[in-house]
Amino acid sequence: MKLQSVIFCLVMIISSFTFAADKPIRVGMVTDVGGVNDQSFNQSAWEGLQKSKKELGIKASYQESKQDADYQSNLETLYDAGNDLIWGIGFKMADAVLKAAKQNPKQKYAIIDYSFGEKTPPNVMGVMFKAEEGAFLAGYIAAKMSKTNTIGFIGGMSVPIIHSFQYGYKAGAKQANKNIVVLEQYSESFTDAAKGKAIANQMISKNADVVFHAAGAVGDGVIEAAKEKNKMAVGVDRDQNYLAPKNVITSSMKRVDNAIFQVVTDLKKGIFKGGTTQNFGLKDGAVDIAPTTEKMIPLALLKDVDALKKKIADGKIKVPADEKAYAVFVKTIK
Amino acid sequence: MKKFLFSFLCVLSGLLFGALILKLSGISPVEAYKVMWNGAFSRPSYIAYIIIRSTPLILTGLSVAFAFRTGLFNIGSEGQFIIGALTAAYFGFIFNFNPWIQIPLVLALSVFISSLYGGLAGFMKARFGVHEVISTIMLNWIALYFSNYMVLSEGFHKVNTETSEFINPSTSITILENWKSSDSGMNWLSNHPFLNEFMRPSLNAGIFFALIAVFIIWLILKKTTFGFKLKAVGISPEAARYAGINVNKKMTQSMMIAGGLSGLAGATHVMGVSKNIAILAAHEGYGFDGIAVSLIGSNSPFGSLTAGFFLGALKYSGQKIQSALEAPSEVISIMIGAIIFFIAIPIIFERPINKVLKIWEKK
Repeated sequence: MKLQSVIFCLVMIISSFTFAADKPIRVGMVTDVGGVNDQSFNQSAWEGLQKSKKELGIKASYQESKQDADYQSNLETLYDAGNDLIWGIGFKMADAVLKAAKQNPKQKYAIIDYSFGEKTPPNVMGVMFKAEEGAFLAGYIAAKMSKTNTIGFIGGMSVPIIHSFQYGYKAGAKQANKNIVVLEQYSESFTDAAKGKAIANQMISKNADVVFHAAGAVGDGVIEAAKEKNKMAVGVDRDQNYLAPKNVITSSMKRVDNAIFQVVTDLKKGIFKGGTTQNFGLKDGAVDIAPTTEKMIPLALLKDVDALKKKIADGKIKVPADEKAYAVFVKTIK
Repeated sequence: MKKFLFSFLCVLSGLLFGALILKLSGISPVEAYKVMWNGAFSRPSYIAYIIIRSTPLILTGLSVAFAFRTGLFNIGSEGQFIIGALTAAYFGFIFNFNPWIQIPLVLALSVFISSLYGGLAGFMKARFGVHEVISTIMLNWIALYFSNYMVLSEGFHKVNTETSEFINPSTSITILENWKSSDSGMNWLSNHPFLNEFMRPSLNAGIFFALIAVFIIWLILKKTTFGFKLKAVGISPEAARYAGINVNKKMTQSMMIAGGLSGLAGATHVMGVSKNIAILAAHEGYGFDGIAVSLIGSNSPFGSLTAGFFLGALKYSGQKIQSALEAPSEVISIMIGAIIFFIAIPIIFERPINKVLKIWEKK
């Protein structure tokens, strides 16, 4: 017993010394109401922080939000914990992040999926993704794989971020097959899996054999429906193949983890691009299709996709992210 | 003395059981409770957050407790909360009068409409014998989807978001909201560190409304014939009917008041904290937590007040274990649930304590 306590004391002393020797950078994140296990961008963000923790030796923590009203107090909890950088995950947190940034002008903040544009405070960095580029590839694959010539898109809400998925996907599908029919519907939710399942079933009954979702946890239901009806599904944000290994042919990945890892790496070097919004795309490895895709689709198609990827990265194909650009894009396809 | 002992033992065993759960999931209970304690009381802003968080819980708890006194189990507090929040958000956005007219008007409308909503369940029970538990559960979902529908309706929906438009500043009951962010206010506050911290969260007048409501409900139950009749219906509807009390009418009235209280909770939440309403995927739980508050507070007005603060503090500080000790939120929820569970059933301690006391007295 005595020996134990002596060892304990020693460990305490040593650990406090090492603590003082190199004070690790602390980075915290606040999830939106999806929670940290949302199989989507919150989870991906946390994976990015865990990777940073492993490879960069930072201290990482997260705080989940249960209601919209939690954002402010959660941001403050992480502020009080002495974090060097605080992430707000998701556009829903924009107001809360802005308010916190004004209250604590010396604290660094970053937000995923939102741009404050010209009004970005100097201590805030916006991180946006060219989601349309990943969705474009997914749409291309979906249209090529479809046997019924009909594919589906299920979006969470009619907001610009989801539009970028939607029109990127449609553009990719049209690129593959000009006569493809794309069914579209919004679930008006990012959490209601049952609703996702219902919509997916409806689309399948209307002859769709590939369904793509950009709707957070709603997508769990979409993939479940595809699994039960033995149709194909396209995941979003993360490699969702594990949810239905025989059905999820690809995922339009938004590598929130890579983006976060990049920003934290910069931070460790002392670089923080406050006051700006950074756009991460295919070129930066921040959007992509899932690695499991190669098991799911024919080799010839995979080669096509790789060629497309290169064209997008080189800027030869400009993928549309909204309705207007999409209309222009469709006209250019022969 | 005996009552105090009960409560004390309940809280203690709740905390012990919570500690067991933390231990089982590999988190040090001592550390966790330390984080919670510091996270609740170590800074003025934390106390302010607890007050903000407790306000709706006190009111929904009061709502459930009041209906319970008339023998009605108001599961519908959640839906009434949503209706109150929706009404406040809607009229707070549509109307724009002087604050002295605007605030009472919006509050009154919210309370009125949600009391009708609550009263509906009471009326159906009284008139058609529809059990209030069933009807209020259904009404909760109707309220949720109606609110979502309204949020997305044109003119009220804030474009490109999943929320409604913000209420006009004249509807806000946040204390000194403009002054806080003005130059002179920020200057003054920076010289008063305590108040500066305390005022940082959106502290609002809702707590005063809650205190007034607690007092009024206590007054009704304790000092009026109306309250006496309600309680009589609660204890035995048949005896009350025999005594000449219009039981059906009392049930409807009781549910109306309960609905109004939950609606007030929703309205103060919108007017003081959120300033708008969002699409809800599921119930946020303010009303359901109200049931717990009412149970902990043994269905009395002042009990609801203390229990509301207790649960508010528990919920606020419990979340902090997450970032401090990397506890998953499920473990935190189970721990809070266990604590509430033990507190809500003082009966398990009643017998053993009575026995001990008897032996004590014999000596």
